Amino acid sequence: MNKQIHELSVVELIRGLEDRHFSSVEIVKHYLDRINRYNSELNAFLYVNEDAIKQAEKIDKEIANGNKKPLLGIPLAVKDNFLTVGLPTTASSLVLKGYYPQFESTVTKRLLSAGAIILGKTNMDAWAHGSSTETSQYGPTLNPWNLGHLPGGSSGGSAAAVAAQLVPVAIGSETAGSVRQPAAWCGVTGFKPTYGRVSRYGVIAMASSTDSPGPIARNVEDAALVISAIAGADPYDATSSSKEVEKYHQLLKRKNLKGIKIALVKEYLLPTMRTEVKTLIHNAVKHLESLGAKVEEISLLDPKYAIGVYTVVMRSEVSSNLARFDGIRYGNGREMFGDEAKRRIMLGTYTLSAGYYEAYYKKAVAVRTKIVSEFENTFKEYDAYIGAVSPGPALKLGATKNEPMFGEMQDILVEPSSLAGLTGAGVPCGFVDGLPIGLQITGNQFEETKILDIAHLYQQTTEFNKFPEKYQK
Amino acid sequence: MSHISPIIGIEVHVELTTKSKMFCGCPADHFGKSPNTQTCPVCLGLPGTLPVPNQQAIEDTIKIGLALNCEVNENTHFDRKQYFYPDLPKGYQISQYDQPLCKDGFLTLDSGKKIRLLRVHLEEDTGKLTHRVIPSAVEGSLSGKVSLIDFNRSGVPLVEIVSQPDLASTAEAKEYLKKIHAIVRELGVTSADMEKGQMRLEPTVNLDINGHFTPLVELKNINSFNFATQAIDYEIERQLAEFEKTGLEKQGSNKSTRGYDSVKKTTFPQRQKEEAKDYRYFPEPDIPPLVISPTVVEEIRKNLPQLPQAIIGELIALGVKPADAQIVSGDQQAVKVIKTHRDLDQAKLASLIVNKKIDLSADIKPQFARLTQIGETDTAKLAPVIDRVLTENPKIVADYKKGKLTVLGFLIGQVRRTAKDADAKTVSALLVEKLK
Repeated sequence: MNKQIHELSVVELIRGLEDRHFSSVEIVKHYLDRINRYNSELNAFLYVNEDAIKQAEKIDKEIANGNKKPLLGIPLAVKDNFLTVGLPTTASSLVLKGYYPQFESTVTKRLLSAGAIILGKTNMDAWAHGSSTETSQYGPTLNPWNLGHLPGGSSGGSAAAVAAQLVPVAIGSETAGSVRQPAAWCGVTGFKPTYGRVSRYGVIAMASSTDSPGPIARNVEDAALVISAIAGADPYDATSSSKEVEKYHQLLKRKNLKGIKIALVKEYLLPTMRTEVKTLIHNAVKHLESLGAKVEEISLLDPKYAIGVYTVVMRSEVSSNLARFDGIRYGNGREMFGDEAKRRIMLGTYTLSAGYYEAYYKKAVAVRTKIVSEFENTFKEYDAYIGAVSPGPALKLGATKNEPMFGEMQDILVEPSSLAGLTGAGVPCGFVDGLPIGLQITGNQFEETKILDIAHLYQQTTEFNKFPEKYQK
Repeated sequence: MSHISPIIGIEVHVELTTKSKMFCGCPADHFGKSPNTQTCPVCLGLPGTLPVPNQQAIEDTIKIGLALNCEVNENTHFDRKQYFYPDLPKGYQISQYDQPLCKDGFLTLDSGKKIRLLRVHLEEDTGKLTHRVIPSAVEGSLSGKVSLIDFNRSGVPLVEIVSQPDLASTAEAKEYLKKIHAIVRELGVTSADMEKGQMRLEPTVNLDINGHFTPLVELKNINSFNFATQAIDYEIERQLAEFEKTGLEKQGSNKSTRGYDSVKKTTFPQRQKEEAKDYRYFPEPDIPPLVISPTVVEEIRKNLPQLPQAIIGELIALGVKPADAQIVSGDQQAVKVIKTHRDLDQAKLASLIVNKKIDLSADIKPQFARLTQIGETDTAKLAPVIDRVLTENPKIVADYKKGKLTVLGFLIGQVRRTAKDADAKTVSALLVEKLK
């Protein structure tokens, strides 16, 4: 192999480990070096696992003994809202500063039992409130493509870490766009599974009715591998689905898209969107057609309604989910909440209050039902729909200032899918101003295999899956 | 002077005696356990935890609902009831709001009056606060007034049974409560031990004074039937006096909450009751909506044990005195004994059981025969004893004949010193006969 370790995908690393080209300790050391070198400028990691090398040593023995596990010896990063025993877990908030969890989240438990090594915890918007990582109370993460720009969020640390090749794959969580949008802004692959496909147990809740853990990866195949490892019913999560989990990474077999019908949503080509972005989406349409897909333009409810619904539902749930941080437990008082969290708590409390519940929460739930049924109809005819992940490329640092609806505006094109609990991939589809743009390929609930397969073929046959020059060495 | 009628509705909280708590695997039996030894991340409300509902608790609640003639909601869900209190670690209680498991039932009092039930719903209990004064300070430790929290009770399944304000007297309230208590115990879903706080009562009381209604008062967390009736009685007097003084009538906003002081036998004001709307209820997003299929409901209905009211009816039909039927109805073994001995006088048998003359674990028939034949066979045996006692106590006999009837007791005692298992009534009758 003449590629460096950080240039390899997870699938390639596993092959390399099996063929004894390198050891898990070597991989871990290689990445720890890179984190040492680059994290101070990117601020992608909040905490680095001091025991990672020791854990890799153990795993190398397992490999030597011929043990086989899906992610044996693979280091990865985990967003800081996943509870990890032995590693601080703060959701990038000061309220939970110094908090060490009592139990392991289901996702990280499954990753660990699959043989993975958690290299560290990544920065995020505090409590996952935002799409910039700028609301983190530990400073923003910077975009590896241009340090003057934001990485997106809320899983910005995870996306930046993968883009800067500080880790081969990372775990994020998406409430509405928090995996796909930072992945798009950082030019990597993000995958949001169906709501309930991956357990939420041990994830510090943002909006309980849409939270979905998912991977941010170098490519679709790696994302599929990780999803296979973390998906499945969990007795600790009543909303997790008992549907059988497929080995998604082994089912990426399409050589063309014959027989696949894809919808291009007219309303998702926003009037305010830059022409260059629209052009990239139209290019993607042409490419999918050249692979044999039938692409048709359809009309869906204007996504601005999804913003309204999502804003009310999510804030309501946030105001409730954060009530436990009442200043009695966890060591730090409520005055430690940042402005964004305070805004959301206040708005959510308001929308659930007497007299306003009917006007806001109840109405939002009704419109949500309409969005869900609209998608149900769409998927009777189409295998997937496509559009941009975000209206434009990464915005500049400080862009969130005085923009309390910043997140909603950047996530407008994925919020409808999150409200309906759909599954979707975000893959790079070109560049604008030297910054990556993401294409969303979104499918019906539990259509992970189909969506991953289409996204994988698209990625394999395009040239946009690149990493920033600066972090190649 | 005027027409005064109490209007009483009661909320009864019953802790289910399931094996595990409502939303986690911790044991539900918390009474007398060392503080905070039966907790886990879920019932401590730690970040990242999720509730998984206890199937048994849901079935038990349906049982209670069916026993109280309720309709079971096919589509139901849990809601979050949000308020701040230190014993509520999540900042909300998982409860049920607009779609309770069971609704619209009734309970029939002995008078035949039907008390309508609004709802029977399932929720989780809170932790337990103890306020203490720690007198002497060990350096660096807490001292003075402290509040201690025990989370062993946090998350224990709690069923709330809410009546309509159909109870019109303290006596009706007491009968209603006793009937609820007997039913939930008979169902085997709770021990409803009042002393362990497994059943807590919250009457809401106001008065109709010639068509003027006094402000609603909710009496909180009462744990005995007697305290409940005393508290209601006190409230009736207090509200009447207050109305006469102030003329204040019920309004949407003047509902208040009072506690009961069982030592002073008075009620006292507690924090102002928050209106339901301030709890900011909304559907619990961590638990999918429940669909209770009619077949499941029918299955549960089929397996319900016979309830006290029905047992009492059946016993009365067998000739048992209503008072005796009421007493034995709570004792499954006694009921079985009475029902299976069709060849005996079942009314008499019941009365003997009530008076604890029968050993239920032994053969019934010989006991019954011995106890019922005592009058005839023993008259002959007792006669010489009685004669002897009368001869030995001429002075007493003379007193009796002078009209001092109380000496009869002494004579009965004397007879029974010799005839140890003689029935007092029989002896008395024989003595009176002889002394005529």
